[in-house]
Amino acid sequence: MSILVDKDTKVIVQGFTGKEGTFHAGQCIDYGTQIVGGVTPNKGGQVHLGKPVFNTVGEAVKATGATVSMIFVPPAFVGDAVMEAADAGIELAVIITEGAPVRDMMMAKSYAVKSGMKTIGPNCPGVITAEECKIGIMPGMVFKKGNVGLISKSGTLTYEGANQVCNVGYGITTAVGIGGDPIIGLSYIQLLTMFEADPQTEAIVMIGEIGGDLEIQAAEFIKNNVSKPVVAFIAGQTAPKGKRMGHAGAIISGSAGTAAEKMAALEAAGVAVVKSPAEIGKKVKEVLSK
Amino acid sequence: MNIHEYQAKQIFAKYNVPVPKGKVAFSVEEAVENAKELGGKIWVVKAQIHAGGRGLGGGVKLAKSIDEVRELATEILGMTLVTHQTGPEGKLVQKIYIEEGADIADELYLGVVLDRAKEMPVIMASTEGGMDIEKVASETPEKIIKVAVDPTIGFQGFHGRKLAFGLGLPKEQVGKFIKFAAALYRVYMENDASLIEINPLVKTGAGDFIALDGKMGFDDSALGRHPDIEAMRDISEEDPAEREAGEFGLSYVKLDGNVGCMVNGAGLAMGTMDTINYVGGTPANFLDVGGTASAETVAKGFEIILRDPNVKSIFVNIFGGIVRCDRIANGILEATKLVDVHVPVVVRLDGTNAPEAAQILKNANIENVITATDLGDGAKKAVAAAKGE
Repeated sequence: MSILVDKDTKVIVQGFTGKEGTFHAGQCIDYGTQIVGGVTPNKGGQVHLGKPVFNTVGEAVKATGATVSMIFVPPAFVGDAVMEAADAGIELAVIITEGAPVRDMMMAKSYAVKSGMKTIGPNCPGVITAEECKIGIMPGMVFKKGNVGLISKSGTLTYEGANQVCNVGYGITTAVGIGGDPIIGLSYIQLLTMFEADPQTEAIVMIGEIGGDLEIQAAEFIKNNVSKPVVAFIAGQTAPKGKRMGHAGAIISGSAGTAAEKMAALEAAGVAVVKSPAEIGKKVKEVLSK
Repeated sequence: MNIHEYQAKQIFAKYNVPVPKGKVAFSVEEAVENAKELGGKIWVVKAQIHAGGRGLGGGVKLAKSIDEVRELATEILGMTLVTHQTGPEGKLVQKIYIEEGADIADELYLGVVLDRAKEMPVIMASTEGGMDIEKVASETPEKIIKVAVDPTIGFQGFHGRKLAFGLGLPKEQVGKFIKFAAALYRVYMENDASLIEINPLVKTGAGDFIALDGKMGFDDSALGRHPDIEAMRDISEEDPAEREAGEFGLSYVKLDGNVGCMVNGAGLAMGTMDTINYVGGTPANFLDVGGTASAETVAKGFEIILRDPNVKSIFVNIFGGIVRCDRIANGILEATKLVDVHVPVVVRLDGTNAPEAAQILKNANIENVITATDLGDGAKKAVAAAKGE
């Protein structure tokens, strides 16, 4: 078991024939992911990496039965691409693109939710179910199969966390890089819910960052809904306060989003909080051998 | 990206958000000319820097004659203005805004910002204009009215009524205020703003609303479709080292410690700083080399880090995903030829092709380069090296 994706998941790639799309789709195919085709407007009918190319997501879904789309479309067009996926009945869009305008993602996310499509990202490494299905840009060899679920805002900390879990003798069920943009798709609470329900996942690693209050909400949720042990790290304890023009964002969330605040909230919810990402592996071992 | 008050007001005016008449000046003579052109009997001389709290810092002053405009312009232009948002080093005032005086009956606050939790813009209004809004939010949060606007329906009359009646405006001013707020919402959405603040929003004796101040920040990812806003960038307001790093695809922020850091990915970069702190050291900087660390970018990173005389060691921490570690190891070797790296460099390379990378560094046998096995080990070695151990 795992969450979101497995060896049977059929995936198409939007922005399939571009440089990034080509390279990473190739890596995913090598990993064993079922990439069944791709979409690049005006290139329909071609064959790329041995897979069919379609002009629209609708055509691709009809021909291949894909339920997931991995999106590499350039930032200026990514909002449109996400909405096209939702319109075509895709169930999960994994948005890798970095630098998507916030306004476009606000609209796209709203439409995705309305259409019943889940999204991950943007600006994220993607999702991987160890040794079954990699949808994204993470180095597959780091993720050994095991019993720990991982959720992270940061790309390289996803790898660091997974690597440590594997180095202490455990492994990963599914790892999800949720991205750190202002508007993101699936977040801690939805993913914690999925990991809590997944019989194979026995512990959860949660990696957050300063800014916003998603981790505070997650802490509240964990207290009441998560029975599995959670290990957390919040990056940015030593980050300086940004030289911002006013702090209107902080007023809205009702908190400044500091690492200290988030760590305290998580600790109060019974989460094993580590002060350095170098301690993640050790702490996972500790909570799992209890 | 942030812009100056005078630029924000130019944008406001395009959307019929009422602003006082004013003109920017880069010299005392220009300031005097502007005041004469504007006419009237009262002028406001305002320092233009990218920071709030200018009034309290002495950067906003009232002139009652042309001579006084000259005096104040001479005083403010070229001064180093220190406010609670500039840091103790302050900011050099290079331009001033000369504005007509306003007839102030009451001061309000109005702002638009993204609510990340609701995933939509929220308009904030308060009767406590002219005050530090963060203080209002923490001490009397009930005095801030927040109205989220679903962007798929846009600003509707009811949004405006919630704000206007929430502020307790008399009925003859409700319509005017709603019009003002609706225009400001358009400014926010159509320009891909990340923040707008008007503090104070002035109610005049005649019952009209005017934006007496204006602050705007923008979504950097959307600047590509707003060349007019991009053209408003004032690079003299940006930190030179941060800007130079940006030109090479690096993200750099200087800190006060003595262990320099070079890391791939913002999260791991912060995590590395936290680890240095955790093992008893202090990070000298945040530096994210991005996804493709080449010899050139690594060399530039070393160069920027080493400009800080406090730096006593450097910790290079790379988790190679798609980027192969052997390439980064070669990049580090190249970089040490391009830049005189005179402090110990602790290198931790993990991920794709890490063993090959370790071999490359070992074979090169460069004095000053110390290899580390993992994040914790690297941080300890870098901190020890900074202490001269």
